[in-house]
Amino acid sequence: MTGAALVALAAAILWHVQGFPEMPGQRFGPAWFPGVLATGLGGCGLLLIVSGARERGPWLTLPDWFRRSRPLFGVASVILGLLFYVLAADKLGFHLVGVALLTIWIRVLGGSWRAAVAVAIVATVLIHLSFYKLLRIPLPWGLLERYAF
Amino acid sequence: MLFEALKLVLDPYVLGVILGSAVFGLFVGAVPGLTATMATALLVPVTFFMEPVPAIASIVTATAMAIFAGDIPSCLLRMPGTPASAAYTDEAYAMTRKGQGELALGAGLVFSVIGGLFGTAVLILAAPALAEVALRFSSFEYFWLVVLGLLCAVFIALANPLKGVVSLLLGLLVACVGLDNPAGFPRFTFGNAELAGGLTLIPIMIGMFAVSEILRGVARIDEPWEMARAQIGNVFRGMWGLTLRYKVPVLRGSALGTAIGVLPGAGADIAAWMSYAVSKKFSKEPEKFGTGHVEGIVEAGASNNSALAGAWVPALVFGIPGDSITAIVIGVLYIKGLNPGPSIFMENATAIYAIFMVFILANLLLLPLGIAAIKSAKQLLRAPRHALMPVILLFCIVGSFAINNSVFGVVLMLAFGLIAYFMEENGFPVAPAILGMVLGAMLEEHFIRAMIRGDGELVAFVQRPIAAGLAAAVLMVLAWPVAAWLLRRKR
Repeated sequence: MTGAALVALAAAILWHVQGFPEMPGQRFGPAWFPGVLATGLGGCGLLLIVSGARERGPWLTLPDWFRRSRPLFGVASVILGLLFYVLAADKLGFHLVGVALLTIWIRVLGGSWRAAVAVAIVATVLIHLSFYKLLRIPLPWGLLERYAF
Repeated sequence: MLFEALKLVLDPYVLGVILGSAVFGLFVGAVPGLTATMATALLVPVTFFMEPVPAIASIVTATAMAIFAGDIPSCLLRMPGTPASAAYTDEAYAMTRKGQGELALGAGLVFSVIGGLFGTAVLILAAPALAEVALRFSSFEYFWLVVLGLLCAVFIALANPLKGVVSLLLGLLVACVGLDNPAGFPRFTFGNAELAGGLTLIPIMIGMFAVSEILRGVARIDEPWEMARAQIGNVFRGMWGLTLRYKVPVLRGSALGTAIGVLPGAGADIAAWMSYAVSKKFSKEPEKFGTGHVEGIVEAGASNNSALAGAWVPALVFGIPGDSITAIVIGVLYIKGLNPGPSIFMENATAIYAIFMVFILANLLLLPLGIAAIKSAKQLLRAPRHALMPVILLFCIVGSFAINNSVFGVVLMLAFGLIAYFMEENGFPVAPAILGMVLGAMLEEHFIRAMIRGDGELVAFVQRPIAAGLAAAVLMVLAWPVAAWLLRRKR
């Protein structure tokens, strides 16, 4: 599986670098280095396919936590939560998103509601004080812009 | 100059930073699932706003503490706190079960300090001497040096070199993204302005070392931690006797650890595995290994801490990281204007000597703080994981955002966190990829420059004596797996 994916990636890169310009008077333009790397990657992918075929294992194995609910929801909530942050942080602001995400994450991983909300608020305030106030990182305020302090 | 360096270190602000990062490092090291590399990646956004010396000091201190603190849960939970303790986790736990937990923790602490000081001594003596030689290096030598470093990471101590090569090539490809190549041509940017500057390393590192660990921790959140009971009184009892009895193993562990640290791509965890194996091989009582015998802990415990300092030798002199921690450090050095390279010992001598002093100070500080960590181990290990993981994750978000004040950093962090998680789950090591990302630009640039200087003649690559020697070393590293394979077939 991995091997096939690598071969596909290598082919895509090789096709893409064909469009890179030549350097006048030189043998090695910008396409050379990625081209060599992609060729190597494709070779490794083929070797992995061969060794995988020899072992005759299943094509794809799922890790065992996939069948247990708390770890599965946990991993899903981490990935979806980070995506949500990327999409929503600028509009809603760091503080709202931070508290919401922490509450959900702690809850999903097995904390009580009360502990989740308390930790979420304290941690967000601490990060605000240390990063926004002390280190002057412009964390977005979003909806709370008017109440910025 | 030494006096000026001392003044830099003894500044109350710097001492405060050292103390704070020490506590941070002990905590991160003691909690299984949080590693020394992760501590470094999380420290970077905080060090952004510090002067060079306290910034580097915080990383040096936190990692030295974390590598020792990894021994604590090994003894009490049979879980290594950091991968560097994994080699002797079973041994340490067996000792605790036999009622020798105090001895195991004491040995871990005392010989960590000795190993750390040994590695520091080598760093202080070897790095400036090596820099003298390296001053005369040209692109030919640098090219071979980078190749040698990359190959070491793949072929030494890896069970499956093929997967290591894949990881390395992926890392090198990541380094290709952006405008920063000899031709100045925007590669793989797809018209995106964020990609034109290249992929910023720090969010990638936070993703690969912190987010992937959190994913792994969350996937195993169901597994309970069971703490073994240990009576802990005076951890120094019997240490002098151990030092006298195991003089040779301590020295051997420290020396091997430092050497492995110097080799690019191999760090404290591999040093501990190799030293543990060496210790068993040369021991007078190899049959006792695995049943709760302190000898392996003495040697491997010294080894993993000495590897930390050893890894700084190539990082400072050539800008080639000796392990994944120094891969991050090199980025910090550039940000702070302390560009690694042989001339750093002349241009920034005061700062470098101050950093050396911090190494000594951090290892000495490990003694009192290590005892405090051992005493409070039970409270430390009771930190609720279901709250800890989310808070660290939010910290990661802010850290990746802070580098460029752009949410694109969070995208990078998530993407590379997932990639690293899938790589490790499928047996692809992450360290070669990191090395590839750090060294990719350097490799291409020196190759092109060498080609221009040699008028496109490949012979020029081996005409200078040192370059030829390095090329021979590259061939030897390449021949190693073939030779090992042939030997195995003969048997």
